Amino acid sequence: MGIWTSYRLRLQRKRWKLRARRKARELVVVQDRTDQIKPDDILLFCTFRNEDVRLPYFLKYYRALGINHFLFVDNSSDDGGCAYVAEQPDVSVWTTTAGYGDSRYGVDWLTALQSKYAHGHWALTVDVDEFFVYPFCDTRPIRALADWLDASEVRSFGAMLLDMYPKGPVSDAVYARGDDPLTVANWFDPGNYIMTRNKLLRNLWIQGGPRARLFFEEKPKQAPALNKVPFVKWRRPYAYVSSTHMILPRGLNLVYDRQGGEKASGILLHAKFLNTFGDRANEEASRAEHYGRGREYKSYVAKHDNAPDLWSQWSEQYINWRQLEILGLMSKGNWA
Amino acid sequence: MTVGVVMLVHTAFDRAEQVVRHWVAGGCPVVLHVDGNVDDATYQAFAQSLDDLDQVRFSQRFRCNWGGWGLVAGTQAATTLLLDRFPDVRHVFLASGACLPLRPVNELRDYLDARPDTDFIESATTADVPWTVGGLDRERFTLRFPFSWKKHRWLFDRYVQLQQLVGFKRKIPEGILPHMGSQWWCLTRKTLQAILNDPRRKTFDTYFKLVWIPDESYYQTLARLHARKIESRSLTLAKFDYQGKPHIFYDDHRELLQRSGCFVARKIWPYADALYDSFPTKTASTPPDMEPTTATIDRIFASAVDRRLNGRRGLYMQSRFPNPDKEKGLAATPYSVFQGFDEVFPNFVNWLAKRTGAEVHGHLFATDRAHFSNSAQIYRGGLSDNARLRDYNGRMFLINLLWNGRENHHCFQFCPADTQEVRWMLAKDTQARIWVVTGAWAVSLFLSGRSAADVRAEAARLQRVENKFLTILRSTHSRARIQIMTLADLVEAPMDVLQAIIDDIAGHRGSAVTEVPKMANLDGLPAFLQDLKNQGMHPFLTGELTVHSRPGRADAGQPKPYAVGQK
Repeated sequence: MGIWTSYRLRLQRKRWKLRARRKARELVVVQDRTDQIKPDDILLFCTFRNEDVRLPYFLKYYRALGINHFLFVDNSSDDGGCAYVAEQPDVSVWTTTAGYGDSRYGVDWLTALQSKYAHGHWALTVDVDEFFVYPFCDTRPIRALADWLDASEVRSFGAMLLDMYPKGPVSDAVYARGDDPLTVANWFDPGNYIMTRNKLLRNLWIQGGPRARLFFEEKPKQAPALNKVPFVKWRRPYAYVSSTHMILPRGLNLVYDRQGGEKASGILLHAKFLNTFGDRANEEASRAEHYGRGREYKSYVAKHDNAPDLWSQWSEQYINWRQLEILGLMSKGNWA
Repeated sequence: MTVGVVMLVHTAFDRAEQVVRHWVAGGCPVVLHVDGNVDDATYQAFAQSLDDLDQVRFSQRFRCNWGGWGLVAGTQAATTLLLDRFPDVRHVFLASGACLPLRPVNELRDYLDARPDTDFIESATTADVPWTVGGLDRERFTLRFPFSWKKHRWLFDRYVQLQQLVGFKRKIPEGILPHMGSQWWCLTRKTLQAILNDPRRKTFDTYFKLVWIPDESYYQTLARLHARKIESRSLTLAKFDYQGKPHIFYDDHRELLQRSGCFVARKIWPYADALYDSFPTKTASTPPDMEPTTATIDRIFASAVDRRLNGRRGLYMQSRFPNPDKEKGLAATPYSVFQGFDEVFPNFVNWLAKRTGAEVHGHLFATDRAHFSNSAQIYRGGLSDNARLRDYNGRMFLINLLWNGRENHHCFQFCPADTQEVRWMLAKDTQARIWVVTGAWAVSLFLSGRSAADVRAEAARLQRVENKFLTILRSTHSRARIQIMTLADLVEAPMDVLQAIIDDIAGHRGSAVTEVPKMANLDGLPAFLQDLKNQGMHPFLTGELTVHSRPGRADAGQPKPYAVGQK
């Protein structure tokens, strides 16, 4: 069983790698500054489509954390976002018109880029609406985290996706280009996350939060996965399996302790629920390129007329990482 | 007389240079040992950067691998050089490139001048301290360790096993007693010269070359032979985590370090600009002869280690997922489960909340929805009362509820008609206190007004479910605190049970029960049960309700005549 399973997963990983090489041909380089990447730079990988409005703050946030180089894949945006990032001095960007769904929701493209550029680097893989928070992120740059993980001989760092939402209808949370979306959508569910262990890939499968509470109460099994392993000391053979929820080799998914201790972990603040959400939900529901043919988006459109109010009296307003630590959503582990 | 510094450097050379300049500016000569693994170009550049300082020397280089002899050999060479070249050095301070002096060098010098004969070296016998990582303590000194622990772990482990198997034991040289401690010491010239010029040094060196992690035991052991006055503590603030890896200091530790009054701290993150910019520093609050106090720092790092090893009880999250059957997998707070009480006392929930101040829920696992206290639709943490969401993972639902409200004692009602998924969790959790009135489901069937023939199937089902629960509670795996009584027992002496419940939850804050919940009108229940029996369904869990069963004080003095239940 042990050897057979390992072998099967190895084959699976090889298949994803091969597929990524094939899909890499769909990428057209727009701006290549990868020659600037220095040996211990920390890289960020991201794929986007029509996110021009979010990109300026996204870059600002991650530059402040200390990301050295951004590698973007633009999936045929028509809002100028691609041109905007191409002008930035620390960005390399590729574009493609191929289907998002056909590339395993962008994973294939990023796997191809990671194989080529991330080997030996700490690599953060996030979406444009995900903001990485880790212990001491207000006082220590991301390099401090990377150095500490290196010294601890830890290769991967988990960060659960935490859905952020405004108080009141989502359509009223008006977001303007360049703003911090977390000042508009700054509430979250503090304690309704459930998890089970995936025996095959050894990751935890976490669900819950406002989306499960409001959109998936009749079919909780379909609620979106919230477990993520976004920060990895990349080696060439690695490959994400499904978004950044799971990665192979499966040892990298062991970002949790089973003896009762707490490993250090972070949070991806998910600033998805803004006024931009309604149009996006309509578009994505009809495009059906997202996971499960966009069933999540269909659910939003069907149930809440695109303007759901996710706030409840037990919602918490976001303050900082220490608050998330105290609530038990993330942990310092033995980092002090 | 002054203090000289031996500094071991292998990386972050710009920071090392900065620190060397601090020492020299404070009047300390410095001898550097650069790891032999560092390439020549880097070494030359580093040496050149310090060219302008005539108080700085570079010693012969040895390759230093973690846990190997190289560190000791390097220290020996550098120390010999320092003592030879700088005759006015009385104390030698061993530091690394990642050490940062926190207090001005002259304060350290004054401190040492006041203690001219004292050797500061943490040194304890292996039998007395549990410091070692990996379980090798005494055996460090009696086995041979030719393989690197970091690079050739497999060989290291196999060779240790082989030696243990054949019972191999090295002979410890005559006259020494192995001691261990922090590798960062400050020794006097006299002690060091005695160690370095010992006629038996060759014997000792040969022996220690094959000891595991000799840099933590060579000087620690030999200092015991020669020192006149040992202070068994390190002047360098260095904290280690549970893997034996040093904790690292960052900019946000600045205030903490400043208040500690320590002379030198390690390990400093090379990019901690604020630390390198602000230390060494003299503050008004640090009197020059202040003793280092590390209590706050000790506490912070000890709690970090505890967080990593033990975590927070009752928390299940992305990086803590303990085995639910183990002690660390239990719920966050004690809680009480009541089965059957709200059938007998319809107002039980409100009464209990009032008497105990606890958070009392209705049937959390009812099939229609989760009945939170105050009938809330959404409860703390954002828990939904939706039954489908709850039943998707009932165990996590309860774990979350107890974690979110961990400052309260929680109570909830349970019955055989509820979703039963959490039964095993309840039984195995030492935090759970379970009170069961068996057969109480008969009361609601009776009060429903339906005939025994109508409810016969339902009664049989409830009894089967309850019996299964009882089997679990009585199994050898169950560790909750469990009280099981029959309906007849409760009706017989309700006050005793209610008082016991109050005492259990409220403890010393509870008072004698004065106001009692009203019992349901059970007139005719025995006859109803007899009817069930006549239908062929024996309610064996209710106990024998007889005409003498009376609700005592609980019914405020109104005796209830019961029909005699016949077998």
